[in-house]
Amino acid sequence: MRKRNLILEDGTVFEGHGFGSETVSRGEIVFNTSMTGYQEVITDPSYCGQFVTMTYPLIGNYGINRDDYETVTPFIHGLIVKQYSEQPSNFRNEETIDSFLKANNIPGISGIDTRKLTRIIRKHGTMKAAIVSAEEDTEKVIKELKNTEFSRDQVKQTSTSKPYVVPGRGRRVVLVDFGAKHGILRELTKRDCQITVVPYDYSAAEILRLRPDGVMLTNGPGDPKDVPEAIEMIKGILGKVPIFGICLGHQLLSLACGANTEKMKFGHRGANHPVKDLKNDKTYLTSQNHSYAVNPDSLENTGLELTQIAINDETVEGVKHITHPAFSVQYHPEASPGPEDTNYLFDEFLKLMDQQEKKQEVHINA
Amino acid sequence: MPKRTDIQKILVIGSGPIVIGQAAEFDYSGTQACQALREEGYYVILANSNPATIMTDNTVADKVYMEPLTEEFLTKIIRKEHPDAILPTLGGQTGLNLAMELVRKGVLEDHDVQLLGTAPESIQKAEDRELFRTLMHELNEPVPESEIVHTVDEAVDFANLIGYPLIVRPAYTLGGTGGGMCYNEQELREITHNGLVLSPVNQCLIERNIAGFKEIEYEVMRDHKDQAIVVCNMENIDPVGIHTGDSIVVAPSQTLSDREYHLLRNASLKIIRSLEIEGGCNVQLALDPYSFQYYVIEVNPRVSRSSALASKATGYPIAKIAAKIAVGYTLDEIINPITGKTYSMFEPALDYVVTKFPRFPFDKFTTGDRRLGTQMKATGEVMAIGRNLEESLLKGIRSLEMGTEELYLAKAEKLDEETLNKRLKRADDERIFLLAEALRRGYSVDQIFDITKIDRFFLNSLNKIIETEKTLIENKNDIAVLKEAKELGIADVQIARLWNVSIDEVYALRQKENVFPVYKMVDTCAAEFESETPYFYSTYETENESVVTDRKKILVLGSGPIRIGQGIEFDYATVHSVFAIKELGYEAIIMNNNPETVSTDFTISDKLYFEPLTLEDVMHVIELEKPEGVIVQFGGQTAINLAEGLERRGVKILGTGLEAIDRAEDRDKFEVLLDELHLLRPEGKAVPKLDQAIETANEIGYPVLVRPSYVIGGSRMEIVYSEKELENYLAKSDNIDSAHPILIDKYLTGMEAEVDAISDGETTIVPGIMEHIERAGVHSGDSMAVYPPQRLSEAVKEKCLDAAVKISKALKVKGLINIQFIIRGEDVYVLEVNPRASRTIPFLSKITGVTMANIATKCILGEKLANMGYETGILPEQDLVSVKIPVFSFEKLRSVDTILGPEMKSTGEAIGYDKTLEKALYKGLIASGLKVPQEGGVLLTVADKDKAEMLEVAERFHQLGFVLYATQGTAAYIREEGDIPVVEVGKVGLDEPNVLSIIEEGKVQFVVNTLNSGQKPRSDGFLIRRQAVEHGIACLTNLDTVNAIINVIDSTTFTAKPISQQKVTQ
Repeated sequence: MRKRNLILEDGTVFEGHGFGSETVSRGEIVFNTSMTGYQEVITDPSYCGQFVTMTYPLIGNYGINRDDYETVTPFIHGLIVKQYSEQPSNFRNEETIDSFLKANNIPGISGIDTRKLTRIIRKHGTMKAAIVSAEEDTEKVIKELKNTEFSRDQVKQTSTSKPYVVPGRGRRVVLVDFGAKHGILRELTKRDCQITVVPYDYSAAEILRLRPDGVMLTNGPGDPKDVPEAIEMIKGILGKVPIFGICLGHQLLSLACGANTEKMKFGHRGANHPVKDLKNDKTYLTSQNHSYAVNPDSLENTGLELTQIAINDETVEGVKHITHPAFSVQYHPEASPGPEDTNYLFDEFLKLMDQQEKKQEVHINA
Repeated sequence: MPKRTDIQKILVIGSGPIVIGQAAEFDYSGTQACQALREEGYYVILANSNPATIMTDNTVADKVYMEPLTEEFLTKIIRKEHPDAILPTLGGQTGLNLAMELVRKGVLEDHDVQLLGTAPESIQKAEDRELFRTLMHELNEPVPESEIVHTVDEAVDFANLIGYPLIVRPAYTLGGTGGGMCYNEQELREITHNGLVLSPVNQCLIERNIAGFKEIEYEVMRDHKDQAIVVCNMENIDPVGIHTGDSIVVAPSQTLSDREYHLLRNASLKIIRSLEIEGGCNVQLALDPYSFQYYVIEVNPRVSRSSALASKATGYPIAKIAAKIAVGYTLDEIINPITGKTYSMFEPALDYVVTKFPRFPFDKFTTGDRRLGTQMKATGEVMAIGRNLEESLLKGIRSLEMGTEELYLAKAEKLDEETLNKRLKRADDERIFLLAEALRRGYSVDQIFDITKIDRFFLNSLNKIIETEKTLIENKNDIAVLKEAKELGIADVQIARLWNVSIDEVYALRQKENVFPVYKMVDTCAAEFESETPYFYSTYETENESVVTDRKKILVLGSGPIRIGQGIEFDYATVHSVFAIKELGYEAIIMNNNPETVSTDFTISDKLYFEPLTLEDVMHVIELEKPEGVIVQFGGQTAINLAEGLERRGVKILGTGLEAIDRAEDRDKFEVLLDELHLLRPEGKAVPKLDQAIETANEIGYPVLVRPSYVIGGSRMEIVYSEKELENYLAKSDNIDSAHPILIDKYLTGMEAEVDAISDGETTIVPGIMEHIERAGVHSGDSMAVYPPQRLSEAVKEKCLDAAVKISKALKVKGLINIQFIIRGEDVYVLEVNPRASRTIPFLSKITGVTMANIATKCILGEKLANMGYETGILPEQDLVSVKIPVFSFEKLRSVDTILGPEMKSTGEAIGYDKTLEKALYKGLIASGLKVPQEGGVLLTVADKDKAEMLEVAERFHQLGFVLYATQGTAAYIREEGDIPVVEVGKVGLDEPNVLSIIEEGKVQFVVNTLNSGQKPRSDGFLIRRQAVEHGIACLTNLDTVNAIINVIDSTTFTAKPISQQKVTQ
């Protein structure tokens, strides 16, 4: 096994062994506490440009299968594990995580004290990092890291460049792809929706021309403020069509209504995040992956009401527009990976579209 | 919602004596629950008949009733205390069944007592097979095809319909008692018959066998707001077919993808919601390894063994949270005690691998049936934590104390291939070692998978260990290889063996190269949140999280897994020692590996290291913490055995010195000691070689007591009546360690008594003397013990005290000492001296009110008894009479002979206390699970040597109105010598009625059977004893026990007698 180093911007060096691709890579380092679902994590476009540290020490146990991709090509820049399995075991296993990463030109590094690394990230926040060969000059790498500005066009990288349709007989949903997970598509198709997937920079007019019953604003990577065109688009469709936002989609909806977002210290990434629905006072376990969050104070006078919060740190986890048919959540009701407890939100989206149709009928009849 | 204010007094039901399937885990969960309720300001009343637990300490509850756990006694407690509510879901199956009975009988309703937590209807739905199946069908959750039967014929009919193999599961029994796998009609008939007898509702489930599926468990919690979470999921390495209590289990699951994980999570949550569980619940599922097909196997609507394991595995205190939910709190308002910042409404994220190994009693029960199936056989378990699977597995093996610290059993090398294959397939307790052996012999992972159906993931992991072994052999002294081996969890002992050096040399090399572990914290959240939990495990990585304070520290070694001879009593003593250390202002650090116990609750000590108890692992903690010293006298033989190695490495053993232990255990030194002190002892000798044994025995004269030295609980101890028997014994003794000799003592008949004393080297106090009901010859752990002594003269008591004082002084005891005596007339013989905590410490502490382990710890740390207000002597006797009754788990261990002798066989104990001995005995017997019928029949079949004594017993039974049955010889003796009516029954195999058939037909309520000297196992006597056990009838193998029981019957029975004729005056 090749000796490779993981070097953090703050100067910490972790010695490990390379697997996957041998390329030198840089990225923003984050950690995820899910104990299962590494395939979904690796292929979640929201991690575009990031190094993902899995806190669970054994990764790759059940291999990589043909079903559980969240995107066709993964966008992570590196995978950091304590140990990866060279001999996975599961009836769906197709290949090892090593060969998968190799095929996708993504470097992995194993043998890392991932708990120590996680504690550093928890304490100092997410930071820039590099995976390099052990022979590389550490000082040079750190200096380069400090001087590098990571690209801010991750949404562009992960979004589809052309619209396409996933046919269905039910509701017509336009899904604005900011780096969407397949899980969202799956939940909508499960509910018979016909989905038109459009690029992130589609305008409000273009979307409305498709006469959708509802618009799905998906998850995606990076800072929502880096996608001003989407904010403009949302302003244009708000009130005209039911909207359901997830993760980045939620942040964009909030920004479009005039709220503000900010970067968190180390974000929420895992499958065990408790979120309270303020309406029924019930708490659900959710799957999360976000570095940015909506500032709760900024919701004032935006027409948005706070509907859900993370019980541990009171992060804004859900909002709803008071007058317009629009709601969004910061977490991932589509799960994959993670608990499916909030799956019902997709049903609520469908209900919202039904209600809207009735309202319009009443309006027309009147 | 905040806690309920409409209730103030809560009655908590414990789980009673420890038996296989219901062990220390309920002490842990019960203690936690009681504390949680008191924290909330409730008045807690506890009912539990197990004196060995922390739970029954009067510091845990406001009021403790150590009364039998029966409807009768619970009703009495309810009448007296008028509790507002009862919490039944923390006392195992015993507590739950009892609560359900109280509900059924209307006792709770009559006294206006509410049932807290899950509703009775829900409990019934989960527990009753038929209702459960109906519910699963309603929920559309798959269950294996099955049929509920009430007769054997119904079972056979069902089998004819769906074919074999099948599983039989009796309803409402502990740890699957009486269940089993059947491959043909004969087996089905036999097991079903048994199961129907053992099931309190005469009901069995006959189920399609899904052996080979993955067995997965989910520990789930729910509150009344319908919020539900999974605390932990676990995967059994052994596929379906072996009871989960007997399986090697890892947490979290290793071979499940996210989809499979959530498929089963969804099912578990759906079930707990539909059952409306309020508290903890355990769901067992089987998953097809080749599809998403799964089955729900079982739901336990209560805190269980698995929840104790899950609590320790994750840090999430399930019992504590369950208790808070029961009084009205919801998960989103209870703070997670680990982080102190986040809420309990979350699912722990692990960043380590946990392995649980069952601990089996087959080192004791060498003739027992070692094959594993649906009947649980393990007495205890160990847990290990590592950052990789191999490390976790190997730490687990080290923790087991099965005589090997590695994945290697020397005897497995000698197995022929056929036997190896057979044993791999038909799993037994040693399978993990056999898997390793197969891999060493070059079997491929696929080959082993075909035989065992164990997931290749686990087999590959074992293979990695075997491969590393090979690398080690080829690379002696290679530091890189050494590091690699240590990262995989390979012990110094194994490296030393492979490199042919001593363990001290390996340790020295590691010191030189600085190859040492660091300690990581168990924090429920994979480091996402800052935590201050003092709960650590070792691993070979770069960052150490265990911050060493500048306080003075004391390290206490725990007693490892619960096994026969070393039970929960030692955990009790360990916990009290920790409390005393804290009281004196030291930092108390504990090391232990038993997930079931109170001592491994991280709130008990200042710091908990969840680690194997081997020299290597203990030294690592000592190197880091640099404690003032180590206390070994509370951790049973486990801790004592480490003392020598620790001292060799310069560690200070606190309290009684190693020399004292040696003088007490080394035969020759012990003799010299007693001679010097002018104390009597049975004549005896230590024989270093087997061939000198016969000569020595002949010198001493038969009967003699033979045993190997340095053993726990009288392992391999036997009373031998002739040279021929001794030869037999020696022939079976080839594996006795030649470093430790065989002891041969004159077997003295007489009364047995024991004392536990505390000494500071100057003052020695004896809180109480206990007298045994059974004469010498029955292991003290299996004897009924009485306090205060009923038959000892003051002079004898003084002699016992004198011996205790002299021995304590001579051995310079600081702490506890246990001395066993034989009393013949007014003579007091010293039988055995153990300069450490014994298993009677909790019993004696509770009945005398002296917290012995606490005071002893203070002596160990240099405090003087005189300053605590004590002076040398026996403390004043209490008014109440207390008895300790041993409890056995024979119905779970087939092929184990139930006869009592010098080798310990009991798994637990119960207490009875009252104004008179008979009343106390009655309560104790009832609490131990024995029935004491007032009428019926008794079968007598005794050895020739006991016949004269038996006659008296026969006469007494006759007077009480019992019908006597006896085998030919015994019957003849009764008729000739006693002139008492007796029904003669044939021997085993003769026409009915014979000894077995009358037991089967329920004609007798007691069996009195004593062993002919030199009798072979598997004799008629053995069959009679097993028959009695399997039919739930008391089989008494000691005439002293019989007399005690007759006394009880006598004192509780009113016999009909005509009054004497009155003279008519007038």
